[in-house]
Amino acid sequence: MELKEQIRKFIESNLVVFEDEAAFNDSDNIFEMGFVNSLFAMKLVNYIEENFSIQVANDDLEISNFNSVNRIAEFIEKKRSAAA
Amino acid sequence: MDNTSQQKIVDEAREFADREIRPFAAQFEANEALPRELIDKMAQRGYLAATFPAEYDGLGLDPIYYGLLTEEIGKADASTRGLLTVHTSLAGEALLRWGNKEQKEKWLRPMAQGKKLACFALTEPEVGTDAKNVKTSYRKEGNKYIINGAKKWITFGNAADLFLTVTTGEKGITAFIIERGMPGLKTTPIKGLLAGKASHIAEIQLDNVEVPAENIVGKEGSGFTYIVNTALDHGRYSIAWAGVAIAQEALEAMITYSRQRSQFGKKIHTHQLIQGIIGDAVTKVHAGRALCLRAGQLRKNNDGNAVIETTIAKYFTSKIAMEVAIDAVQVHGGNGCYNKYPVERLFREAKILEIIEGTSQVQQEIISSYGLRAYFKPPAKI
Repeated sequence: MELKEQIRKFIESNLVVFEDEAAFNDSDNIFEMGFVNSLFAMKLVNYIEENFSIQVANDDLEISNFNSVNRIAEFIEKKRSAAA
Repeated sequence: MDNTSQQKIVDEAREFADREIRPFAAQFEANEALPRELIDKMAQRGYLAATFPAEYDGLGLDPIYYGLLTEEIGKADASTRGLLTVHTSLAGEALLRWGNKEQKEKWLRPMAQGKKLACFALTEPEVGTDAKNVKTSYRKEGNKYIINGAKKWITFGNAADLFLTVTTGEKGITAFIIERGMPGLKTTPIKGLLAGKASHIAEIQLDNVEVPAENIVGKEGSGFTYIVNTALDHGRYSIAWAGVAIAQEALEAMITYSRQRSQFGKKIHTHQLIQGIIGDAVTKVHAGRALCLRAGQLRKNNDGNAVIETTIAKYFTSKIAMEVAIDAVQVHGGNGCYNKYPVERLFREAKILEIIEGTSQVQQEIISSYGLRAYFKPPAKI
């Protein structure tokens, strides 16, 4: 599965609004739109570490790293290339 | 560690609790304190660092066996179990997850050894469930931070050396480790409590406390999203097992009493209405433990559903702990209302579980929100 599609599926499985109210594109800020909550942010870090074998460090704990499909994908790619 | 070794630790904890904790639980409550010797003995056995890895002097128990250990300690005494909840689960796990290398090196080993007790300072006189709106503030001055405010209902706050403290400031919610001895920090024990009397619950005053930047846990502004959520998730898991513990202990007391007490010329367990109570209690305890074991397995697997399953387990077991404890008092009749019988204490302790680490009402909202999406089936067009 393509990375962004994978991320989107994870977001969709953690929405705090109903699926028919949650239309978002890859650059939409899902926190500002109220589609996910702070608990999601914690789960997202665990999800990224578990599924992409990267370590999220304290310095990475900026919500801007995780607030859209695009930003999450960029973060994962950046971490992957740093580890390579 | 293999399961056999972990089970051995749990079995030893049961014997330790039978010998060192349960016989003295009423005395701890009367004294409104846990004896220092008990805390030291728990530290020597590694219980204060039950989940920490060996490199930090921990036992390295996985979530399932840590839960079982929590149950053994919690069955014997809720205040003693409270030390595991705040020191090991809330503060310890948050530091393990988000502390940097220096912080872990500095604090985790002394915590494991019981030389430094830690607590989690979130709740305030005016802020309980609405935890995102804490008033305790920080401001940056050079390379240090100045903290002002008050915390309340902090379990082990009057005994702790380290306070994982949640504050708000320029960049948002930020968590600091405040150390006892820092000028401006004052703790005052809270007396007159319904339960948790031996768990050193305190109010904390923070008047211009200067904290170095290296005591920030996580990143400035990341305190709620990461530190508070992580701590409370672990706290809820601990309380879920605390519910099983109280329910199991109350069940055993109920069964034992019903087999010894006679009325109308026969043992009371032979009366069908008592059997109904016992049948319900056994079922509730088994269901509660099953939920906790499932949550533990998911946590062990780092499964994304672990958070919601932990919430469900916490909600359910705190509720059935109250129900089973009420029924245990009922089976004991007048004796159940007398503090020479442990069910009187279990009845009071159970109530606390429905309030701490998120009230039952908050858990219901979270679970409902999950269910409304997880179990929606779009209806077929007619």
